[in-house]
Amino acid sequence: MAERLIYLDHAATTPMRAEAVEAMRPFLTEVFANPSGSHRFARRARQAVDEARESIAATIGCDLGEIVFTSGGTESDNMAVRGSAESRAGRPVCTATEHHAVLHAVERLEGGVVRVGATGEVDLDHLESVLAEAPVSSVSVMAVNNETGVIADLAAVSRIVRRRAPGAVLHTDAVQAACWIDLRTIWPHVDTLALSAHKFGGPKGVGVLAIRAGSNLAPLILGGGQERDRRSGTHNVAGIVSTAAALALTDHERVAEVARVSAIREDLFARLADIEGLRRTVPSALSVPGVAHLCITGIESEALLYLLDEEGVCASSASACASGAMEPSHVLAAMGVSADLARGSLRLSFGHTTTSAEVAEAADVIGRAVERVREATRRLGSSRN
Amino acid sequence: MKVLVAMSGGVDSSVAAALLCEQGHEVVGVTLRLWGGESDTGCCSVSDVDDARRVAQQLGIDHLVFNFTDDFHRDVVEPYVADHAAGVTPNPCIECNRHLKFDRLFDRAEILGFDAVATGHHARISADGPLLRVERGADPAKDQSYVVHMLDQSRLARTLFPVGHMTKSDVRHHATRLGLRTASKPDSQDVCFITSTKNEAGETGRSAFLRRRIELHAAEVVDESGQRLGSVDSVELVTLGQRRGVAGGGGTKRFVVDVDVMGRRVTVGPEESLLVDHEVGTAPTWSDGPYSGSVLVQCSAHGAPRAATIVADDSNNVRVVWTHPERRISPGQSLVFYDPTDRFVLGGATTVARTISSATP
Repeated sequence: MAERLIYLDHAATTPMRAEAVEAMRPFLTEVFANPSGSHRFARRARQAVDEARESIAATIGCDLGEIVFTSGGTESDNMAVRGSAESRAGRPVCTATEHHAVLHAVERLEGGVVRVGATGEVDLDHLESVLAEAPVSSVSVMAVNNETGVIADLAAVSRIVRRRAPGAVLHTDAVQAACWIDLRTIWPHVDTLALSAHKFGGPKGVGVLAIRAGSNLAPLILGGGQERDRRSGTHNVAGIVSTAAALALTDHERVAEVARVSAIREDLFARLADIEGLRRTVPSALSVPGVAHLCITGIESEALLYLLDEEGVCASSASACASGAMEPSHVLAAMGVSADLARGSLRLSFGHTTTSAEVAEAADVIGRAVERVREATRRLGSSRN
Repeated sequence: MKVLVAMSGGVDSSVAAALLCEQGHEVVGVTLRLWGGESDTGCCSVSDVDDARRVAQQLGIDHLVFNFTDDFHRDVVEPYVADHAAGVTPNPCIECNRHLKFDRLFDRAEILGFDAVATGHHARISADGPLLRVERGADPAKDQSYVVHMLDQSRLARTLFPVGHMTKSDVRHHATRLGLRTASKPDSQDVCFITSTKNEAGETGRSAFLRRRIELHAAEVVDESGQRLGSVDSVELVTLGQRRGVAGGGGTKRFVVDVDVMGRRVTVGPEESLLVDHEVGTAPTWSDGPYSGSVLVQCSAHGAPRAATIVADDSNNVRVVWTHPERRISPGQSLVFYDPTDRFVLGGATTVARTISSATP
């Protein structure tokens, strides 16, 4: 294996913050009690969960009673879509570029899908017409797209939803937003907001769904009635405490990180400018700084990713299926990117550990790998003729 | 050498990977995701990928998954369906080897800087001076030289069949010795994308698969004088030379001697009516350039070789003149040519549809 490791896959998962790891420790060791218990030991665990809840609510700008802890972003999305469909008439609606956690839940309920434009922006006219077709239980529009980093105009979406489908729950998957966008600017526009701890330096297996007071959502998971009957199951105390620590840190450093990582991304694109046939999928202004998405003509991502991996550069393309094979991106297809170009997609995503030196080195590796693929392709082409 | 080994999740490719590691090569395993639809135990079900990955982990090698579903659909599944619609009996495993394993995967391996591609096929590659040859596998019951016959010199120079010199029981013993989870996994038998799942009509397998994609037509069964003997549900599923499932009756064995898909007519007759003095093969591939002369010809995966002489018609067709009259081969099947000692492959071609011509008396 390569000695060097340049990790540019933070949108898949970002390393845990040291503070978040430390925050877990007491609850994996001495404070092991179940917070639902009625003894002093349980009360210590309970207090930790309550404090975490309050801290997370503060970074979202909601009330602590509006926070529900889940097992991750996928469960949070499922709860928003399926829980709202169960408790009201109508079908769910989402955009064509949602994460599968939303899209598959909406498809299962035979919901409506809203088109997006060439830069991944929600087609607001189409949204209006989809909302007019049939009663709607929920509308899901992700705050930041996980593949392209495109930021949605939730204020505009909200105005339309409130007018056309006032009874619908407006949900946003903000999993990729937490590092880059102040969640307090998102929350006023929506009814439910999903987060996943491991995308901002917390542990895997912890999610949050903020549910605006008064939104009626049926629970997905029944049992002991934890989380005010909204999500049963013993609290993942260590995970919840750690999540709060990571989110607080992320929130505190966000402004500086956005500036720092934006510069890194611009530097990367400047270094890649010489690669022939490279196309940026969306302009910087429309996407969060943490994602650099591009397509390279005539290069297959599967091959490119292998060569990058060989050089110690960890990146990704679209999502992987259960077998581990790359799947063609539904996001790029919805944006009208040709299947040929989409086959050469590459997502480099940055986070709190990313340095400008690493990205400069990665740019060199990418340039060399593309040249290697092209040279081999030419060789194969000429040996066939 | 840097070797990319195709791991299906079966025992042969598991042991192939293990042997390459033992030989000191730098080995990376890859499982090809070929079929996106439902499958029973085919090449690319998730559980097979899991098996391949676990074996790779046990061997301490990297494991990749390549998604070749688009290519597989275009080069194997679509022609398979179109062939049936035209009354041709395709061999999808050969087309998969031709287009996916020994073309698409080879190119990918080249691009990624591998020196060779290995598979778990039971065939041997031997050198005769500067010439490389595909020899029959050491285990006669498992020999797969037939399905890898399309390899030419440039491919052979970069192909490894690490288990070709072993019997199947050697392979299983080796896997057991290494504690590989695939040691006693049953061999795959059927076309990987054909399943035993029932469709609405209660059909399974090939007919269920095809009926979802093309219209299948009933046809009348007649004898050679044109007298109607009965009918079949799907003329597209009838194969030349077939005996089962077509109206037989009487004392004599009857074979399908003609399938007319467009005319919805299946003709049956005695074995003699199937006998011909030659076959024509199209799109020949050669191990080392075009060959004419005496050969042994194998016409199915485990069929007995038959003596013939190859006469080149033109660059795209070969005429195979049988030494003794032989039953006609269903169009679409591969004719694979072996040297007269039946040791190694000379080339192969695909049988074309042709009008019935009677055997030389």
